Amino acid sequence: MVTEAPASALGYLWLVPAAPFAAFLVIGLLTRKWRLLSAAISILAMGLSFMFALGAFFSQLRLGILPRIAQFSWFDTGTLHAPAGLLLDPLSAVMLVVVTTVGLLVQIYSLGYMAGEKGLSRYYAYMSLFCASMLGLVLSGNFLQLFVFWELVGLCSYLLIGFWYDRDAPAFAAKKAFVTTRLGDLGFLVGVVMLVTQAGSFDFAEVARKMSVEAWDPKWTGFAALLLFCGAIGKSAQIPLHVWLPDAMEGPTPVSALIHAATMVAAGVFMVARLFVFFSASPDTLAMVAQVGAVTAFFAATIALVQDDLKRVLAYSTISQLGYMMLALGVGSVTAGMFHLWTHAFFKALLFLCAGAVIHAVRTNDMREMGGLGKSMPWTAATFAIGALALAGIFPLSGFFSKEMIITAAGAKSGFLATLALATAACTGFYAGRAFFLTFLGSSRSKAAPHETPWVMRWPLVILAGLSVCAGWWSGGFGAFVFFGAPEESSLHFLSSFFAMLPALAGLGFAWMVYVNGSPSPDRLARTFAPIYTLLKRRYFVDEGYNWLIDRVVMGFSRALAWFDRNVVDGAVNGVAWLARSGGAVLRILQTGQVQHYAMAVFGGVVLLILLARLAGAG
Amino acid sequence: MFSVTAYAVVSAILFGIGVFGAVARRHAVAVLISIELMLAAAALNFVSFSRLHPAQQAVSGQVFAIFIIAVAAAETLVALALVFSLHRSLKTAHLERFNLLKW
Repeated sequence: MVTEAPASALGYLWLVPAAPFAAFLVIGLLTRKWRLLSAAISILAMGLSFMFALGAFFSQLRLGILPRIAQFSWFDTGTLHAPAGLLLDPLSAVMLVVVTTVGLLVQIYSLGYMAGEKGLSRYYAYMSLFCASMLGLVLSGNFLQLFVFWELVGLCSYLLIGFWYDRDAPAFAAKKAFVTTRLGDLGFLVGVVMLVTQAGSFDFAEVARKMSVEAWDPKWTGFAALLLFCGAIGKSAQIPLHVWLPDAMEGPTPVSALIHAATMVAAGVFMVARLFVFFSASPDTLAMVAQVGAVTAFFAATIALVQDDLKRVLAYSTISQLGYMMLALGVGSVTAGMFHLWTHAFFKALLFLCAGAVIHAVRTNDMREMGGLGKSMPWTAATFAIGALALAGIFPLSGFFSKEMIITAAGAKSGFLATLALATAACTGFYAGRAFFLTFLGSSRSKAAPHETPWVMRWPLVILAGLSVCAGWWSGGFGAFVFFGAPEESSLHFLSSFFAMLPALAGLGFAWMVYVNGSPSPDRLARTFAPIYTLLKRRYFVDEGYNWLIDRVVMGFSRALAWFDRNVVDGAVNGVAWLARSGGAVLRILQTGQVQHYAMAVFGGVVLLILLARLAGAG
Repeated sequence: MFSVTAYAVVSAILFGIGVFGAVARRHAVAVLISIELMLAAAALNFVSFSRLHPAQQAVSGQVFAIFIIAVAAAETLVALALVFSLHRSLKTAHLERFNLLKW
C-alpha cells in the first residue's frame, strides 16, 4: 500500500458531502413551505459541493495516485474499533466529479421539469440527501461507512422512484426496487462481515494489509468477494437482479438521469473497483464478474432493441452499459471499467434529460406516439443525437474511447467475452439509432403540440452534450490516474479500434434502413422473427418467471405455513382457552349465590377436616 | 355444682341449634340470632373450661367470654345494618333473595 499523506491535506473536503446534507436538513426542517427557496438552497449547496469537488479533483491530479485519508474514531465497542472519515484517491476523485457535475446539472434541469410540482420541496430535500449519501459513499474509507451510505442511497432511490406515491405504479416500482436490491445487499453484508471479522478492522487498507500479511486462502477471499459482488449485482442491476431498474423509470425523469443512470447504479461498479484488491485475490471470482457483466450487457441490449417506451430503452441500455463496466472489471481492467463509468455518466444522463424534455413536450413515454420532433425541438434533437452517438461508441465521442478500451481488455482475456461485447456494441448502435429515428425523425404521430424546452432545461443538456463529446479525450491520462497494479496505457491503435467501431456502425445503419427508409419495415421484421421478437418484447419472460416463482413456490410454501399456523398453532392456543372456558362453565354451577349453601359447605368442610384429623391421629 | 361435661353438653346443643338455624332459616334476622347462639355456645365453653385450669384464680376464660360478647354486639350491629339496607332495596329479608353477586 502507498503511504498516506497528512490528514490536513484534505482541507475542506468534508464540505463536499456536508453541503447537500445541510441543504437536506434545512429544507426538511425549515423551508418546506417555500418551494422555490428550497430549490435554490439545494442547488446552491450542490454548487458549493461541486466547486470543492473540483478543487479536490485537481489537487489529487497534481498529487498523482497517493491516497489521502482523514479519519477519527466514531465509536469503540470492546475489540471493535469503528472509524469514520474521508478517503480521497484517484478513484474517489473521479467519482466526486461525476456525482457533483451530474447532480448539479440535474438539479438545475429539475427547476424546469418539476416546475409547478406540489412536492417540489420534498423532491429537492430527497435530491440533496441522495447527493450527500452518494458523495459520502464515494469518500468512504472503511466498510462500515461504505455500508451505511450504500443503504442510504438505496433509501433515496426508493423515496425518489416513489415520488408520486399517490399513484400505484410508482409506489409499486419503488417497493420492487427496494426489495430487489435488498436481496443483493444481504450477500454484501455477509461479505463485509466475513472480511471485517477476519481482519478485526473496518478499514479498507488495514483489511487488505492483513490479507496479504496473513496470507488468507484465496478461495476464501474470493468467496467473500463474490458475496460483495452480490451487492453490486443488486445495486447495478446485473442479471439476475436487473428487473427493478426498468420499473424504476416510473420516477421523475431527472431522478432516472441522476440515480438510475449516472450515479447510484454505478455504485456497484465503484464498489467492485474500490475493493478490487479482494476480487483480484481469486481469478475465479473475477471470471464470474466478467461473465455476469458480459451476459448482462448482451441480454439487456437485445431487450432494448424492441422496447417502445423511450425511458425503458434507456433503462435497458443502462443495464447493458453497466454490464460492460462489470466486464471490464472482471477482465482485470479497473481503468476501463471506471473510464466507461465516467463517460457513460455524462452521455446517459444527457440521454435521460433529453428523454425528459421530449416527455415534457409530448406528455407520453411511448415512442410510437412521437416522431418528427426534430423540427420543433432542434436543441433537444441535436443533444440527443450526440448522446446516442456517444452511447453507440462512434469516433470521436466519449463512448468510443471507453468502449474500445473495454473491448481491448476483454479481447486480451477471452475471445468469447470480446465477441459478446462486440455483439452488444452492434445492438447498442441499433437501439440508439432506433430511439433517435423514432423520436425525432419521420412524421409526427403526437397528439400534443410539442415545443422546445425552456432555457433552464436546455443549458444542462448543452453542457452535458459538451462533456459527452470531450470526456473521452482524457483516456490516456485516465489510464495513468485510475488503475490497479500498473498504469494502463491507452490502447488506441487506429486499425483495431476502428474495427471495434464497425458493429456499432452496422447497427446504426440497419436502424436507418428499418426506421427511416422503411425497407425492411419493422413490422415485417417482427413477423419474420416472431419467436425472437416475442421473447425480446416480453423481456425473456424474466418478470413472469419471478412472478411464477413467487406465486407458486414462495406463496405455496407460505400457504403451507399459514395452514400450520391457523390450525396447529392457533388450534393449540384456542384449545387451551376452550378448556378453561368449559371448565369454568362446569364449575360455576357450584356458585349458587345462596349464603346458606356456602355456610353449609364451610361447616361440612370443617366437619370433614376434623374427621380426617381424627382418622389420621388414630392411624 | 354440675360437672364440666354437663356444661359442654349444653354448649354443644346450643352450637348445634345455632348451626341448624344459620343454615336452615330463611329470615336474615333469624340467621343472625342463630349465629349469636353459636357465639354464646363458644363463650359458655370458655367459661366452663376455665374452671378446669390448674390455677383456680385464672380468669382468662371469663375475659374471653366478655370479649366474645363485645365482638358479637359489634358484629350484630353491622349485620343488622346490612339487613336493613338490603330490606330497603329488595323489600324482603329472606336470604335466598340476596344473590346479587351470582354470575
